[in-house]
Amino acid sequence: MIKKIIVILAMIGLIMMLFPLVTNFEFLENLNDLSTNYVSGSVNELNSQNVVTSVIVTYRGLDTLGEVTVLFLATAAIGFLLKKKKTKKRGSSELLQTASSFLVALIILLGVYIFTHGHLTPGGGFQGGVIIATAFLLLILSDVNIKFNHTILQVVESFSGAFYVVIGLIGLVLTIGFLNAKIIPLGEYGNLFSAGAIPIIYSLIGLKVGSELTNILDTMRGE
Amino acid sequence: MISVIIIITLGILMIIAGIVALHLKNLLAAIITAGVISLLASVIYLILGSPDVAMTEASIGSGLTTIIFLYALNKVRKEKKDD
Repeated sequence: MIKKIIVILAMIGLIMMLFPLVTNFEFLENLNDLSTNYVSGSVNELNSQNVVTSVIVTYRGLDTLGEVTVLFLATAAIGFLLKKKKTKKRGSSELLQTASSFLVALIILLGVYIFTHGHLTPGGGFQGGVIIATAFLLLILSDVNIKFNHTILQVVESFSGAFYVVIGLIGLVLTIGFLNAKIIPLGEYGNLFSAGAIPIIYSLIGLKVGSELTNILDTMRGE
Repeated sequence: MISVIIIITLGILMIIAGIVALHLKNLLAAIITAGVISLLASVIYLILGSPDVAMTEASIGSGLTTIIFLYALNKVRKEKKDD
């Protein structure tokens, strides 16, 4: 009884807290100064079509580095806490195995496309990395006894993480700011090789996220 | 106008799915209902004009999280059986 009253009181408190958000809401007719700066800077200074990507990778690059670090810590914790015991299991049907060995390459291609075109189309390193991890999930589902080479996964993960920080530090050395994309020539607007270092940084993030999530999936399935 | 109606409908569906996920006794069904919430949220993001967030929500929220929850559920069940 008391529990229910407390829950109802907490809900009323939440409604009181959030109600001003609804009543004070008004549509903005113009972008504010910061947004205007980001939108014009993304197109004019960075040559990037996707404003979201240039904000994530360059203007708020340090936050993205933090996100990648959080993901790395989560992977390390899961690998540390869940020990792997090996058991033999029954394999899946031949239909699934044949179809998935055909599909895996296509799914990886889609993931690579999404993170290399992060500055041109929606999507980027995190989304592409997750799609690559789902390709490996399909492999795990189709062949239960499959083993991944953990050395390669770890090498890919550590090298992409290290290069990501090195690119940021190059920006500091050239005194244009940490993780600034202007450390290499910007190229032509709208091309694949444009927007400075953004495609490189996003590809590194994509590889890192993909290998980390594959590692998580591989650890979780271990019985 | 029509997009507002769609968004409100999807929001109500999300709330219903959340309540259903809390009250389901079958944990497997509850996990899948929680994945449906993320899927509906990603459709809302797409209608509101943010395809980047929609892609993240659809792939991580409704894809990977559901799979990891399923693996965790499997593990918990196995360990209960062993005890």
